Amino acid sequence: MTHAAPPQTPPDAPTAAGAEVLLRALKDQGVDVLFGYPGGSVLPIYDALFNQNAIRHILVRHEQAAVHAAEGYARSTGRVGVVLVTSGPGATNAVTGLTDALMDSIPIVCLTGQVPTHLIGNDAFQEADTTGITRPATKHNYLVKRPEDLARVIHEAFYVARSGRPGPVVIDLPKDILIGRAPYTPPAETPHRSYRPQTQPDAALIARAVAMLKSAKRPMIYTGGGVINAGPAASEALVRFVRKTGFPVTNTLMGLGAFPASDPQFLGMLGMHGTYEANLAMHGCDVLLNVGARFDDRVTGRLNAFSPGSRKIHIDIDPSSINKNVPVDLPIVGDAGRALQALVAAWDADPTPVDRPAIAAWWRQIDAWKGTDCLRFTQPREPGSIIKPQYAIQRLYDLTRAVKQDIFITTEVGQHQMWAAQYFKFEQPNHWMTSGGLGTMGYGLPAAMGVQIAHPDALVIDIAGEASILMNIQELGTLAQYKLPVKIFILNNEYMGMVRQWQELLHGGRYSESYSAALPDFIKLADAYHAVGLRAKSVDELDGVIREMLASDRAVIADIAVDVKENCYPMIPSGAAHNEMILGSDSAGGVAGVTDEGKVLV
Amino acid sequence: MPQDNINTFRTATIAVLVDNEPGILARVVGLFSGRGYNIDSLTVAAVEDGGQRSRINIVTSGTEMVIEQIKAQLDRLVPVHRVSDLSKDGPHLAREMMMIKVICPHQDGGGGNRAEALRLADAFRARVVDATTDSFVFEMTGATDKLDAFMDLMRPLGLAEVSRTGVAAIARGTRVI
Repeated sequence: MTHAAPPQTPPDAPTAAGAEVLLRALKDQGVDVLFGYPGGSVLPIYDALFNQNAIRHILVRHEQAAVHAAEGYARSTGRVGVVLVTSGPGATNAVTGLTDALMDSIPIVCLTGQVPTHLIGNDAFQEADTTGITRPATKHNYLVKRPEDLARVIHEAFYVARSGRPGPVVIDLPKDILIGRAPYTPPAETPHRSYRPQTQPDAALIARAVAMLKSAKRPMIYTGGGVINAGPAASEALVRFVRKTGFPVTNTLMGLGAFPASDPQFLGMLGMHGTYEANLAMHGCDVLLNVGARFDDRVTGRLNAFSPGSRKIHIDIDPSSINKNVPVDLPIVGDAGRALQALVAAWDADPTPVDRPAIAAWWRQIDAWKGTDCLRFTQPREPGSIIKPQYAIQRLYDLTRAVKQDIFITTEVGQHQMWAAQYFKFEQPNHWMTSGGLGTMGYGLPAAMGVQIAHPDALVIDIAGEASILMNIQELGTLAQYKLPVKIFILNNEYMGMVRQWQELLHGGRYSESYSAALPDFIKLADAYHAVGLRAKSVDELDGVIREMLASDRAVIADIAVDVKENCYPMIPSGAAHNEMILGSDSAGGVAGVTDEGKVLV
Repeated sequence: MPQDNINTFRTATIAVLVDNEPGILARVVGLFSGRGYNIDSLTVAAVEDGGQRSRINIVTSGTEMVIEQIKAQLDRLVPVHRVSDLSKDGPHLAREMMMIKVICPHQDGGGGNRAEALRLADAFRARVVDATTDSFVFEMTGATDKLDAFMDLMRPLGLAEVSRTGVAAIARGTRVI
């Protein structure tokens, strides 16, 4: 099909080199930092960057890391993260980061270089079909083939990335478009011609939701990343609503921080490694309110046994997330923040009282479940005792309480990620960045870089595993170049721990290829990259290492040797229901009953 | 969504109005293949002055829950203006065009087949658009099952090749997409 849209630029619009027009559009969009890596096809942009100071460029060591850094920047600020990479390998290296941002709904604009328009399709040097490759990895993508489209496409890309359910947008920029003259146009003031997501929820549906919630005897509120994405005001509205109702609340992995973890109404995270009380309350509730979560398979467990006795309300900005996995009784399309504010108002407007005795009985039941103390672990205290990974996170949390700075936590993917989610308590949104949907090992270090760039005075800690950290370890160079004092806290159990755990529980203890052989000496590695290296091998060394790490004004790798045999519990085995969760290794015999059907479910 | 009918299987004819921009068809087809949805038929052409917008007609099948998903997934594509489920929103017309080549040589006793093919074509209101002493090409427009039926009848008479457009559909009455 041909592009037949008429030029929307007035014929007398001022023109400049395409690369200059690009930078001007970025400035107009409020961009102050780019994460990128140069190459042949984007040289005109780098030349334009050289001549200005308004936009800072952070040179990463691998394009995947550029996208994760932009994700960290975006998630900790609520703004759009911007990436600049070259054509061919630059673009293909960015694909993992783009897919990560797509799965976790993170607003990113990724500028990719492209060979000149007349060479497209000729298998030119460093040519890749970037729009073809990134089509399923982005929310939307563009190839700019006409100079008069350049400014409009950049403004539109930012609008698409941040509107509705946020996501990554790629703009593929052929080199001749960057060099040739192009007209500049400011952001459009008219609504987008086709993409206008509904943000305001239907008031009648909100009133019905309140009526359902007021009639509940065993209510449950379950919220996800949508509340974080809707901005801090959404989290404030959630806190107001939950306190007003007196109902229990749980957060998904992506939603942690939306509700203060220290609040007595908070039941902890739910899902595969969620708390016993959160999962049993999900299973036993009679009215379930989901705000900004998507009934992900890590959360629901076996679908036909998920929260079987509840009427379900689902509020989501993305209509395609509703009735996708779990059929719901009341779907409401809208922004999580606006919906929560509407719920607060509708709750006050509806004179019906809640069933206090029933709710009190429900809380007694929940408190009984809490009594199992599902995150309990035993840490031997004798000097020389091996460190339990849970204890390492707990001490990290305790010792950071005294720190006056703002604290941001990123993670890699695996056991350490789940322990961080379980034992580090988040009190506010946008302070927790982890790869939830895609589960990208190597996410945490570059994401921490992006957070530190956005918050130079904050304490940024990447809770890592010794296997994950090696996936983007080259970014230690970026930390050194920009003097970013990121703390890398490695729970080193010498295994790809989550792989080892599944092999132990489901594959007869055959630890095929999951041992971290030939690990580097992390202290020497830190030294080589101009960072500080620390190591704790036993429980009596742990606090000292954490204190030294927190006191340092430089990047630190803290290599914490932890118990290699420790598994992550509680756990809902694959293919099981919420009420079939196992609490610890004592009861792990039940996992032997996982069927091949369950094993298929990763 | 009522629990009782989410698993009923149905065929849906969905019309999608899109910006006529490069890659839009790949976006739609990629959505179907990437998420494992069926495409029974797909047609696309520019439908507005200046060729700025195109209409894609898709015939698909699945459970009620899957079809609702398909519509929601299509609707969130950025260049998509409107999505309409013609088979659910009310009565609609669905037509496709077919050209069908039947080889039945005049010699070797095929004359009977030639006469029969012409008689059936007449009954089905197919037009002869090409004829040689050895063959016919019939052109026929209609609902999918009518075209299928005509193809079945031509098979023993020397059906050699078929070219079909896929379904174009539109709502009856005053309703527009």
